[in-house]
Amino acid sequence: MSWMHWTGPTAGFFISIALILTGMTVWQYFSPSVERKGFLPIATTRGDRLFIGLLTSAFIHLAFIGMTELHVLVATAVSVVWMIILMRWG
Amino acid sequence: MNKIENNKAWFFVIPVFVVVAFSAVIPLMTVVNYSVQDIFGANSAFWTGTEWYREMLRNPDLQAALLRQFAFSFAILAIEVPLGIGIALLMPKKGWAASAALVLVAMPLLIPLNVVGTIWQILARSDIGLLGWSLSSLGMDYNINANAADAWFTIILMDVWHWTPLIALLSYSGLRAIPDAYYQAARIDRASRWAVFRYIQLPKLTNVLVIGVLLRFMDSFMIYAEPFVLTGGGPGSSTTFLSQALTTMAVGQFDLGPAAAFSIIYFLIILAVSWVFYTAIMTLQKDKSAQQ
Repeated sequence: MSWMHWTGPTAGFFISIALILTGMTVWQYFSPSVERKGFLPIATTRGDRLFIGLLTSAFIHLAFIGMTELHVLVATAVSVVWMIILMRWG
Repeated sequence: MNKIENNKAWFFVIPVFVVVAFSAVIPLMTVVNYSVQDIFGANSAFWTGTEWYREMLRNPDLQAALLRQFAFSFAILAIEVPLGIGIALLMPKKGWAASAALVLVAMPLLIPLNVVGTIWQILARSDIGLLGWSLSSLGMDYNINANAADAWFTIILMDVWHWTPLIALLSYSGLRAIPDAYYQAARIDRASRWAVFRYIQLPKLTNVLVIGVLLRFMDSFMIYAEPFVLTGGGPGSSTTFLSQALTTMAVGQFDLGPAAAFSIIYFLIILAVSWVFYTAIMTLQKDKSAQQ
C-alpha cells in the first residue's frame, strides 16, 4: 500500500464514502426508495440525491478553497448541512 | 409458481468488479492521495492539505486553458452534431451504395490520433500542404504557427473531419431502426419533408444522439494528441487545452502533487457536465413520452 501514499485524512475520506455506500445499500434493501419530486427540477431517488449531494459538495469545497481563505472544514460543514437539506427535501 | 431464489449469477459480476477496481477505482484513490501531499520519492512525502488545490484553482494559465477547453468542446459539438445528422440523412439507404458510403464515412475514424495530427500538420503547411498552399495562393495570410485564429480554425476543422463520422454513423443506425410504418403514416398525412424530420426522425434519434453527444463531449474535453502534434499548443498557449497543460505539469515538470489536484478538478468537471447532459436529455425524453 505504500505506493499509494495513504494518509489519515484520505483513508478516513474513503472509509466514510464506503460506509455511506454500504449504509445506503442496506437502507435500500430494507426500505426501497421511491422516486419523488422535491425542490430539485427533476424527480430523484435516494441514490440520485446522494450522488448530486456528493458532487455538489465537491464543488462547494473547490469554491471555498479557490475563492476564500477560510479553513476547509468550514466547507465541509456547509456541505453536511446542504447534504441533509438535499436528502430530506430535494 | 414457486420460484427458487438463486442469486449465484451475481458471482459472474466479480471479474468485471475486479477489473474496474484495478483500472479505475484504485488509480483514482491514488491520485487523491497524491493530491494532498508533496511527494519527492518513494519514502519522502509531506502533507500539504488543500494547498495544491488552492494553487491550481488560482492559476491563471489553467483557468485560461479551462475556458479554451469549454470553447473548443462546445464549438465542435455545435458543428459536428447537426452536420453528422445531415450526412446520415443524405447517405444512401440500400444496395451497394449504402455499403460504399458507410466505408467512406467511417474512414477517418480508423486513423490513429497522432497520425491525424500529422496529416493535418502537413496539410496546413504553406509550402507543401494542400490546404496551406491553396489558402496562401488565394492571398490569405494563413499560418498556424503564428496566427492563433488560423490554429483554432485548423484544429476545429481537423476535429470535425475526424469525428463527425461518428455522429453520422450513430445517426445512420438510428435512422435505419425507424419502422417503415411511420413514414407510411406520414405520407398518408401528406407531411412535409421537414415535418417528417422534426416529428419522426429527430425524436427517434434522441437515444443515439445522447450517446453521440456524451462521447464527443468527453473525448473532446480530453483531447490531447491531435492539437499537440498539429500546433504543440501554440502559438503561445492559444491552443493549449486542459490535458496538455496537465501533462506538461505532471510529466514535464514532475510536479505530482499539483498535477494530481488538477486531475481531480478536471475529473469533477467532466463528471458534472456529463451528468447534467445525460439527465437533461433523459428528463426531456421522459416528459415527452408522458405527454404521448
